[in-house]
Amino acid sequence: MESKNKSRASRRDFVKTAGKIIAAVPVLSLPIVLTKKTDVKGYVWQIDPYKCTSCELCTTSCVMTPSAVKCTNAFPMCGYCDFCPGFLCQGAKIYSTAAEDQLCPTGAIIRNFVEEPYFEYTINESLCNGCSKCVKGCRDFGNGSLYLQIMHNLCVNCNQCRIARMCPSDAVIRVPAEEPYIRKELKQSTSPVIGKALVKPVPSRGYLLRHGKGKQLT
Amino acid sequence: MDKRKRTMGKRFQKYLPFVILAVMLIWHSVLYAQQQRFPRPEFEGGYSFPTHQFLNQRGPMWEYMDVAVLIGALLVTAWMVLIKRSRQGLIWVSVFSLAYFGFYRQGCICAIGSVQNVSMALFNGNYAIPLSALLFFTIPLLFALFFGRVFCAGVCPLGAIQELTGFRQVRMPKSIERLLGMIPFVYLGLAVLFASTESQFLICRYDPFVGIFRIDAPYTMVIFGSLLLLVGIFVNRPYCRYLCPYGVLQNIFSRFSVKHVTISPAECRKCRLCESGCPYDAILQSDPEPYVEVPKKSLKNSLIYFLMIPLLASGFAVILYNLAPSLSVVNNNVKLAREIRLEREKGIKAVSKAAIAFFESGKTEDELYKEELQIIGRFKKGAPWVGIFFGLSLGIGFFRLTVRNFRTEYVPDRGRCYSCAKCFKFCPVKVKT
Repeated sequence: MESKNKSRASRRDFVKTAGKIIAAVPVLSLPIVLTKKTDVKGYVWQIDPYKCTSCELCTTSCVMTPSAVKCTNAFPMCGYCDFCPGFLCQGAKIYSTAAEDQLCPTGAIIRNFVEEPYFEYTINESLCNGCSKCVKGCRDFGNGSLYLQIMHNLCVNCNQCRIARMCPSDAVIRVPAEEPYIRKELKQSTSPVIGKALVKPVPSRGYLLRHGKGKQLT
Repeated sequence: MDKRKRTMGKRFQKYLPFVILAVMLIWHSVLYAQQQRFPRPEFEGGYSFPTHQFLNQRGPMWEYMDVAVLIGALLVTAWMVLIKRSRQGLIWVSVFSLAYFGFYRQGCICAIGSVQNVSMALFNGNYAIPLSALLFFTIPLLFALFFGRVFCAGVCPLGAIQELTGFRQVRMPKSIERLLGMIPFVYLGLAVLFASTESQFLICRYDPFVGIFRIDAPYTMVIFGSLLLLVGIFVNRPYCRYLCPYGVLQNIFSRFSVKHVTISPAECRKCRLCESGCPYDAILQSDPEPYVEVPKKSLKNSLIYFLMIPLLASGFAVILYNLAPSLSVVNNNVKLAREIRLEREKGIKAVSKAAIAFFESGKTEDELYKEELQIIGRFKKGAPWVGIFFGLSLGIGFFRLTVRNFRTEYVPDRGRCYSCAKCFKFCPVKVKT
């Protein structure tokens, strides 16, 4: 009886040590397996303005209320139009700052007179809810200088961005944390054919993916 | 006149290639002009562009601060549970973890969600896992291997919020406890499957308390979270027991822990006072003397159950393999492909925003369908393994029911014990320090 119990106990000890080793090996080897796939600097979420279709889902999809997505104006691209298709709603009779003429539902766009005939449009980010009505107007009828960005002082950097899950055009992507914004900018062209401004080409977004190329993450 | 016309025609033919070339070259500028419709203004009054402040996050280096806090909290919890044996101290650690990981860090980054990052990194060549997420996954598991589930005891913010709101203790019937206890295994398996196919982060999406930490969430999740907390007042830690997928891993690893919390600080006197002390039903009772020999029948039983393990595993693998196409609906691309196919069959124009955006993007339907097939293929590759996991865990669970260990004292079930230290006060054995 005594010896039998002893043998049973030793068998149990053996099972336990074996279990310990079996459990420890994958956990300890996991960092080794993933060394090539780890990213020390981390990433954040950002909207690729060149993919964005301004569907207005950013307003409601973000876990933050109001959304961490805000509109910004790329001033070098802006035409400083008197009739701004991002500021005035369609059918506005007078180019004024009256509420009924404004496209923005929250009145977040500030229109300032610069000089004849130019007006400057800046965004009051505390009012902006990222609805992208102005982005659509500017893209369809203007220079496309208004665009959406996730503001990282507001973003809580969810493990999977809720906007990324809802975005119909897969425009919300992971970008490295050191370079958290994808800015729309104008570059002075050197091409003799065009002579004017060129839209900066979209930089490749493969940097998150250190191995293998191409496919982006949603 | 006629001759002149002919020379004109000839000249035109001669210059035609150049005209086409010029059109081809200028065409790009036309494309760009769609964006740059209006010329850049040339300001006379010395206007300069306003500078826009793009603010940054609190910096990636701060994530390593989180890791340091995690290790510190784990060490303090282990010390409180194993050496100090103080429930009060554990409550203070819980308060700290809830404040730091919960309300300050707003529930992100958490070890529970990191399961998905790890599985996504393991099965996807193009995803680089942040080092902090990897550390958040491995460190609590290593601690479980050494000290039991100390992470659940006082470090996990989700555990802490439930621990602090569990005022009453209603013990569930054993059968219900076991039945509901299977849900986390299913949850873990599906979450890993969905994450490794790049479809969804299920755990993050249905995190019940993150909305409470942020005081901002979809109302359904707020209701779910508050219901869990309400239930948790009586049935303690409902999320940990019946949902938490990371708890499954903690459970498995804690079974082999080097040093686990004991109910009694010294030798157990089998006074039976602690029997009803555990709200999680995790106290294994001591066997009454005299100990009965294992009868032949139960030996046969356990052999049958042992042989059932591979049977269950293969059965579940087949079931999950056949379920793979229906499971793949959680992937956005598969959903979109099915929607567009249906619309094409019924002759409906694109309705959802995703479908509209798809047609705007200029991708062809064949590409989408090809992508759909590819994703379903990945699901079919992964799903049988999830089935094997289900079968193995169920089979081993059944098998363990037939194996009876002879216990001479009251001990916590190392898998299910959260090291919450609630049982300490029931033990009359005191050690003077």
